[in-house]
Amino acid sequence: MSELTRRRAVGATVGAVAAAAVGAGVARAATAPRPTAPVGRAAHNGHGGHTGHGSLPAFDEVFQGRRIQGAPATGGHHAEHGAGYAVRIDGRELHIMRNADGTWISVVNHYETYADPRALARAAVVELQGAQLVPMV
Amino acid sequence: MTIRKNQASLTADEKKRFVNALLELKRNGTYDTFVTTHNGFIMSDTDSGERVGHRSPSFLPWHRRFLLQFEQALQAVDPSVALPYWDWTTDRDARSSLWAPDFLGGTGRSRDGQVMDGPFASSAGNWNINVRVDGRGYLRRALGASVAQLPTRAEVDSVLAMTTYDTAPWNSASNGFRNHLEGWRGVNLHNRVHVWVGGQMATGTSPNDPVFWMHHAFIDKLWADWQKRHPNSPYLPAAGTPDVVDLHDTMRPWNDVTPADMLDHTRHYTFDTA
Repeated sequence: MSELTRRRAVGATVGAVAAAAVGAGVARAATAPRPTAPVGRAAHNGHGGHTGHGSLPAFDEVFQGRRIQGAPATGGHHAEHGAGYAVRIDGRELHIMRNADGTWISVVNHYETYADPRALARAAVVELQGAQLVPMV
Repeated sequence: MTIRKNQASLTADEKKRFVNALLELKRNGTYDTFVTTHNGFIMSDTDSGERVGHRSPSFLPWHRRFLLQFEQALQAVDPSVALPYWDWTTDRDARSSLWAPDFLGGTGRSRDGQVMDGPFASSAGNWNINVRVDGRGYLRRALGASVAQLPTRAEVDSVLAMTTYDTAPWNSASNGFRNHLEGWRGVNLHNRVHVWVGGQMATGTSPNDPVFWMHHAFIDKLWADWQKRHPNSPYLPAAGTPDVVDLHDTMRPWNDVTPADMLDHTRHYTFDTA
């Protein structure tokens, strides 16, 4: 499992990079069509108005051979993005969003809701069939 | 004048021209800019923040404008092309001619979801998935795997019967026509179709699958059908709503078009049905 360990080490830096890259006010105009680019570079608009979700527990497990982790986010990318919670698969951040009714979606399962971040992460693992997420920056 | 037709009624020549225009937009890079735009909005539209393309009243006019822009790009390649629509209440399984090798190709193979036939199969070499959330560069589908049934005509009619366009809080928790059509609440029309197709269609980069345009062309037609049934029901909200596109507010990313500008599709195209 040395490969898994290496992925974890790589993934650990992703959040910090994302946090540095997402500016609070500059992103508003960034959604105009642009030339071919990986989705990790797609626009990330800032948005506020979110409350914390401190009651949601963290998790860390191996599901179908992938390490899935979730934890309340106190800063960085997800604190700005609104979920108040961050999910990683093999260390790579999964873009997630909480719906008004408390259910969750991710960029991998965007049109289907899940009861909590762990179920969301497990659904993403099934969908990915072993593929790695593209880092979000 | 552009006439949008049911995909099931297209001639072999119409299918070929549509496919060829798609392939040309892919080749020249235009296609992927649409995928990028859509994903950008998918990720930034939130229930408690600013929301434009999804989970909000402007879901319908935003996608109408998005499809118009895409259709114009197709017509710049071949002026005879119009966006077809996919009525998934009638063409509701993987045996539909929609999924034949001369049109969109079929479902993906079980091992990795890869589409193996048709013009958009990776093996044909003309359809790399460049704008993506993971490492896979091939088109994937799993027709009917994640949800068994596409919406029925009766379910569509139950949503078309709703008299109010949208309601506060103007998001995925709303009652009313828009949110029931979008699918966050109730019988679930639009969202369920994305899930039924599977593959990239179930992700934020759903326009990677050309069926995206035919699905949304039908959602757009259902909006027009709803307007005919409820001529006195206006777009809502009218004004002064934080984070939400009111009737006369401009929509990103164009910033020069409002929901009011998008209410009458006949200025741009008509449908093949009366």
